Amino acid sequence: MDGQTTIWRVETKTRASTAFAIVAALVICAGLAAPMYLPRATLQDLFFILTMLALAQSWNLLAGYAGLVSVGQQAFVGLGAYVMFAGVVLLKLDPLVAILLGGIASALLAIPAGIFAFRLQGAYFAIGTWVIAEIVRLLVAQWKMLGGGTGTSLPASTTRHMQGVDLVHRMFGFRPAQAVDVVCYWLALLLAVAAIFMVYRLLRSRHGLALASVRDNQDAARAVGVDARRLKALVYLASALVTGLVGALIYVQKARISPDAAFSVTDWTAYVIFIVVIGGIGTIEGPIVGVLVFFALQKLLADFGSIYLMVLGLIGIVVMLFAPQGLWGLFASRTGIQLLPVRRLLRGGPIKN
Amino acid sequence: MPILELDHVVKSFGSLKVTDDVTFSVEPGEALGIIGPNGAGKSTLFNLITGNVRVDAGRVSFEGADVTRMQPMKRCHAGVGRTLQIPQPFEKLTVFENLVVAASMGSQKAESEVTDRCAEILVDTGLIERANALAGGLGLLQRKRLELARALATDPKLLLLDEIAGGLTEAECKSLIETIRAIHASGITIVWIEHVLHALNAVVQRLLVLNFGKVVDIGTPEDMMASNAVREIYLGIEV
Repeated sequence: MDGQTTIWRVETKTRASTAFAIVAALVICAGLAAPMYLPRATLQDLFFILTMLALAQSWNLLAGYAGLVSVGQQAFVGLGAYVMFAGVVLLKLDPLVAILLGGIASALLAIPAGIFAFRLQGAYFAIGTWVIAEIVRLLVAQWKMLGGGTGTSLPASTTRHMQGVDLVHRMFGFRPAQAVDVVCYWLALLLAVAAIFMVYRLLRSRHGLALASVRDNQDAARAVGVDARRLKALVYLASALVTGLVGALIYVQKARISPDAAFSVTDWTAYVIFIVVIGGIGTIEGPIVGVLVFFALQKLLADFGSIYLMVLGLIGIVVMLFAPQGLWGLFASRTGIQLLPVRRLLRGGPIKN
Repeated sequence: MPILELDHVVKSFGSLKVTDDVTFSVEPGEALGIIGPNGAGKSTLFNLITGNVRVDAGRVSFEGADVTRMQPMKRCHAGVGRTLQIPQPFEKLTVFENLVVAASMGSQKAESEVTDRCAEILVDTGLIERANALAGGLGLLQRKRLELARALATDPKLLLLDEIAGGLTEAECKSLIETIRAIHASGITIVWIEHVLHALNAVVQRLLVLNFGKVVDIGTPEDMMASNAVREIYLGIEV
């Protein structure tokens, strides 16, 4: 038949994606060098953007690709941050090591949390994850050695002796406090880029395709041999790890922690959902667009107090009504442009389009 | 050794016995048709074979091994493929990607190793021109063909077809029969539930007649069509 003579190949690249890869490499280089030419305040803004982006990518993976709509990601931010504090304050560890410890702790928390939450579906899953986060918050608030319900601070000396800070201080002549910010900023850049790269690699693998099949039709996916449960569990675990690492890093930079702040559903889940939904859920580009819009709104409306939240809510509703695929989704469907393509196109033979 | 064996299989939904002491076996390379009125328990029988529904009693064996308690996913890996009565494509994936999922997850192979096989199946099932179209945008015949192609991509030894000819025009049905014949000729064992009798009789060697969850009779299509009991139950003719 025709099949024997035709050479088939699979194409995933687009012209836009090749151009984007080059631009992305340049942006990352510019980002790495940013401490040399940007003022400290801008660096702190970038730190905020990058950490929110990493959180958004990990929530997008969970909700947009695995269909696991969690509103309890603050459990992993908070636990990651508190374990980092414990590592630094109680065990006298280097903050960098403590950040890793925080990430691992969050991943470990995801095991029992997942066993409980995976018994629930849809809205019940969402509420279940929130309940878990509240339980963890109440437990951590009992941790007297870390200040209980009122929280505690990182002694300034600990972060100043963090790996790399001294090097930055000596090489570039920044003051120690500034050097801490620079190191934190680089770590945030690393985490954000790693999160995007991890999601992209996953989606390009056959497991990413399997994940999409589970999202489209779980029963049919099982019938063709996809282990839906295992895939979802792995995604849940990976997203908890990233979220925990980011949480720990955020609180190294903040240097002041309390249960209410570290387990805030508004800061670590509601804003993250806003970013993903505005930008475009189920796309890698979406959270990048979303975080920029979010940051701009926050700067613009910073002086308006609680009106700020109402405006965010209104914008969220408007986007959901008129661009349910988010701003990036709207743009991509109008132009057909994909910067990080995951679609596999079969080429060869009598194939149309 | 039979490739598939059901031994006194029983399944009830509440007080309703949908599978009542069913025993039959299928030899490798055979094509068996299953007929019976609506509600006779035909699709449930498939669900018991694939493991989507657990049996209450009895034994299901595949290639001599007891699979009665095996998960559906594992049975797929073992070589049981099926099409669903109502096609359930992965709508946001392309036709080709639908097959790649089935081929790479069903056989645990890398994506690059299954490209050629997926393309071949698309050629054989007449879907190749729509390879890069989103599955959600396909019409009924193409959805049915995709259902078949996706099942084939899992590399089954036994293929369960659930009313795949239903709702098609005469011409569409004819071309589908040719496709299924070719699949059977390639060595895949087929068990086919169908109301379109002429389609079934063009392919199968034996017919099993099911009514109220019970096996009424099993034999060659000619004998079954001539049997008074079958005519009465299935065709609703008083004899």
